Amino acid sequence: MNELALLIAATLASGTPLAIAGLGLLINEKAGVLNLGAEGIMLVAAIAGFAAAFNSGSDTLAFVAGAAAGGLLAAAFGALVIWLNTNQYATGLAVSLFGYGFSAFVGVGYVGQKLSERTTFDVPGLSQIPFIGPALFRHHPMIYIAIALVAVTVWFLYRSRAGLVLRAVGESPESAHSLGYKVRWIRLMAVVAGGALCGVAGAFLSVVYAPLWVEGLVAGRGWIALALTTFATWRPVRVLLGAYLFGGVTMAQFALQGAGVNVSSQLLAMLPYVATIVVLAIISRNPTWIRINMPASLGKPFHPGT
Amino acid sequence: MNQLSKRALLGVTAAAALAALVGCGKKEEPKQAAAPAAPAAAPAAEPLKAAWVYLGPVGDAGWTFAHDQGRKAVEAEFGDKVKTTFVEKVPESADAERVIRDLAAQGNKIIFTTSFGYMEPTLKVAAEFPDVKFEHATGYKLAPNLSVYDTRFYQDAYLSGIIAGAMSKTNTLGFVGSFPIPEVLRNINAFTLGAQSVNPKIKTKVVWISTWFDPPKEAEAAQSLINAGADVLIQNTDSSAVLQTAEKNGKYAFGWDADMSAVAPKAHLASNMVYWGPYYKKAVKSVMDGTWKSDRTIWGYKEGANGVVKIADQVPEDIKKKVAEVKEGYKAGTMDPFKGPIVDNEGKERLPKDAMPDQAWKDKVDFYVMGVDGKIPASK
Repeated sequence: MNELALLIAATLASGTPLAIAGLGLLINEKAGVLNLGAEGIMLVAAIAGFAAAFNSGSDTLAFVAGAAAGGLLAAAFGALVIWLNTNQYATGLAVSLFGYGFSAFVGVGYVGQKLSERTTFDVPGLSQIPFIGPALFRHHPMIYIAIALVAVTVWFLYRSRAGLVLRAVGESPESAHSLGYKVRWIRLMAVVAGGALCGVAGAFLSVVYAPLWVEGLVAGRGWIALALTTFATWRPVRVLLGAYLFGGVTMAQFALQGAGVNVSSQLLAMLPYVATIVVLAIISRNPTWIRINMPASLGKPFHPGT
Repeated sequence: MNQLSKRALLGVTAAAALAALVGCGKKEEPKQAAAPAAPAAAPAAEPLKAAWVYLGPVGDAGWTFAHDQGRKAVEAEFGDKVKTTFVEKVPESADAERVIRDLAAQGNKIIFTTSFGYMEPTLKVAAEFPDVKFEHATGYKLAPNLSVYDTRFYQDAYLSGIIAGAMSKTNTLGFVGSFPIPEVLRNINAFTLGAQSVNPKIKTKVVWISTWFDPPKEAEAAQSLINAGADVLIQNTDSSAVLQTAEKNGKYAFGWDADMSAVAPKAHLASNMVYWGPYYKKAVKSVMDGTWKSDRTIWGYKEGANGVVKIADQVPEDIKKKVAEVKEGYKAGTMDPFKGPIVDNEGKERLPKDAMPDQAWKDKVDFYVMGVDGKIPASK
């Protein structure tokens, strides 16, 4: 029973960086911009966060630094694809590769360094409840913030005027433009917000989860987050559930191995991508599904005045 | 004496010839002119060029870092008689072949390729450059100008096992494994056997993560082992994430490939080291002397290629003494972690009582010893 509680706890922790990054990518995809640079952005944010935590001793500052670094790199990406109309796919891949190299370059001095004493977090009272306590209430605050972020995103996208405008920009930038909205600026803001969230996820990995810095630390989680937005058919709540599912599959497989059950870890490693392809295949068969869920102008550049 | 003066004379002649050659070619491409002129001629006058091919960055604080320490040991030993270069982050793909060929063409006389995956590329380039000596780490394919070398890491793993067996309260150890290949299986088995030598009740749980390097995943695997009751962990992967996860949970763990004591002062029990320096010095020396020959070399404690260092203060004195005794046994050649009887975890005898395993036996380890939980994942 206790092992199950610990498995749930591990799943929540493992899914959280995926959820936060996935949510960020969902926001900029809702505005019509596909950012394949997520992996690189997370890496740059991870080293920025680690450096901030190492030099200041403050986790909060680490998240701020991660978000700032992620937002900055995303802004550069946004400027390229939104104003200069460079190809979103190629630019995103370039950002990803750049982020990998750049983070390795600036991070050389931080390899093998140790952060100050890590604090543990227990929600007073609740953490003492048997089973539920160890499963749900002994986490880093970021685990709860991720859940709150999902609620905020749902409210923002579907209940607020600004969210409506953002979605309109992603669906039909021409209409939004003709109504007088600044399509490019709105897209840029969405991209920066997405990058900042990817940055928070990257900082979470290097400062809370691992916690250490080495080259290539993110190890493909940016790509999983990208797959996650499609898997979740661009719905925030599904992004969160999908993140827990992807995180949980890995943890369950390790737990099974620890218990002596033989499962193929290679097979499970490719599961998130297989699941994404299956979901894509299903929604692509049904035109209404695509129309309802996928931002109609995703990945398409917008030229005002044409 | 006669020999010496003869060689010196040869050297002077060769140097003069070289100077002339360089002089001629100067205006065009001085470097290229020097390279083809060097072979066999002048070991005394010209520094020997030696090159290393690395899998990771030298800053990985693990595998590649250890090899680079070995290269630096060569520089320290031979000073300006040797000129070393290295290429880092070389993928185990067609790129490796290109890098190795470039290094051979640049006039390097000995080239070390330091990862298992470089085996085929090294073999191929070795056939094209019969005058260049090649050395491939952890492989098994030889050629007239290609040697292979390795260390006895399982000697370290056994010593760490002794410490782990003494420190475990739950009698459950955890191992984070990369891929189920003989090298890693040897370490799992040696670790378990070492622990059982001081605590017969020891069980080892293994989690495979299918990568050498993915710190968050290493941390997740470590966490799941702790959740399953393990209280002393070790890993065959390249980062310090397992150690840090143990520190977070108030458990114990070991450093691997490098001294990781600073990373987790409370959890760290000892670090398992590998020293490539002694072998690199020997290999470079033999090329200088002209005594190099193709061979398979596996070094351990006896030759100073392995070491368990920075044993924590909280480890009991009698255990430290036992570790020291086993180290002496390694050096004397009387001790081997796989001295029989070895029984696998299905009860089958793999090595009879008191038998000493030979290298062929160790090369083919494909089982868990008694006390390791579970089955080895199928390779297909």
